[in-house]
Amino acid sequence: MSASEAHGMVQPMAVINLRAPLRDRAGGQARHDFPGTSVGEVLGELERRYPPIVGWILDEQGHVRAHVNVFVNGERVREDAPLTPQDVVHVLPSISGGCDD
Amino acid sequence: MTELLVGTKKGLFVLDGDPETGDPFALVTRAFPGDVVEYAMRDPRTGRYLASVTSGFYGPRLMYTDDPQGEWQQAEGPSFPEETGASLGRIWIVKSGEAEGVLYAGVDPAALFTSTDGGTSWALNDALWKEHQAGDWQPGFGGLALHSICPWPGDPARLAVGVSAAGVWTTSDAGQSWRTGFGGLVPGYLPEEARQGTNVLCVHNMHRAPLRPERLFLQFHGSVYRSDDAGDSWTDIAEGLPSGFGFPLVLDPADPDCAFVIPLTADVDRVTPRGSVRVYETRDGGAAWLERGEGLPGREAYLTVLRQAFDREGEGAGLGLYFGATSGDVFGSGNGGASWFTVHERLAPVTSVRVA
Repeated sequence: MSASEAHGMVQPMAVINLRAPLRDRAGGQARHDFPGTSVGEVLGELERRYPPIVGWILDEQGHVRAHVNVFVNGERVREDAPLTPQDVVHVLPSISGGCDD
Repeated sequence: MTELLVGTKKGLFVLDGDPETGDPFALVTRAFPGDVVEYAMRDPRTGRYLASVTSGFYGPRLMYTDDPQGEWQQAEGPSFPEETGASLGRIWIVKSGEAEGVLYAGVDPAALFTSTDGGTSWALNDALWKEHQAGDWQPGFGGLALHSICPWPGDPARLAVGVSAAGVWTTSDAGQSWRTGFGGLVPGYLPEEARQGTNVLCVHNMHRAPLRPERLFLQFHGSVYRSDDAGDSWTDIAEGLPSGFGFPLVLDPADPDCAFVIPLTADVDRVTPRGSVRVYETRDGGAAWLERGEGLPGREAYLTVLRQAFDREGEGAGLGLYFGATSGDVFGSGNGGASWFTVHERLAPVTSVRVA
């Protein structure tokens, strides 16, 4: 039981939407519902539950990779963005990734 | 039969063929389509294949498998501990160590990682990282890369690494401590008054002669050098080459006086000199260089051959040589460079070539 649960608090549940290849590394599921108060927290929870995705969205310092875009309710954000209940998170590749190839 | 692992900007290509025939090699499989495969090798002790893969979106990772036509697993690392504040940018090289199960990985930002379980998990070499932090190491054009790793045959405690642009570092206590040696290296890209004592040294490639392990050959930014004292001091051996600039370097393990290089015109014009693709061979420690080019494009061929895109198989009379270019062409020689054939054409830009 988490500390918040012990105190009778309900953690906000965010909806994370993934596309291939991230979806394939997260149990093949496109949609995930995780508790958390920030983008970094829910993405960290995603990594804990699905180790194959470790390092793909966040680097080892916990920062969203330069060429990955995270949107919350349509707005592009970084890992420190707060989340409220029922926020919808989309994780997408940036259109700039691989541009020098 | 020879199996080649060709890393490219668009995946790993596994090629298979017989260099005795001079026929092009067959494409066995392509892995990691769309991702950059910076480097791929096979550990001859275990048969395990390891590939450095960098997604333009999702970053770098090390993958391994026992069958390159099958599934690949993601290794646990290399990754920087949180307290370093660093993030992995690229894995430049993976090299088998002397001790059982030991592999080394050189990465950007310049650091050495060690695996003791055949590449499944990795740990940062703290002592070299501390030298990095204390030394204000400067990146070269391709980043701040630890790209050359030279074990000492029969002695797991001794190792030399090359860093662009932070010189040559050696350890004799299995990585507990490191020291640098640069006597004789001339960084012509710095003002003359800034060269003395500097460690802003753009090493492009380095290999050790296994039969005489105190001897190292080094392709530098602007010249080629040889050390006969395990990296403490260096002698310029570029005279006779069309250019001192280049990246690829291969040795013949059977002959400590032998090295092969593929010069490029200059740092501001990184193509084969005079539009002619040529490999240069020395058999006397760099006193003289012999041009090798029979079968290679000799005119209107402006190729770029990258640092890790040159390798060999066998040694002595059985020496084979292979290299790839950013044009997507791969060339090979089954007779030590005396004559060459086209291994494959029109792959993606080649980043590395290794004989499996």
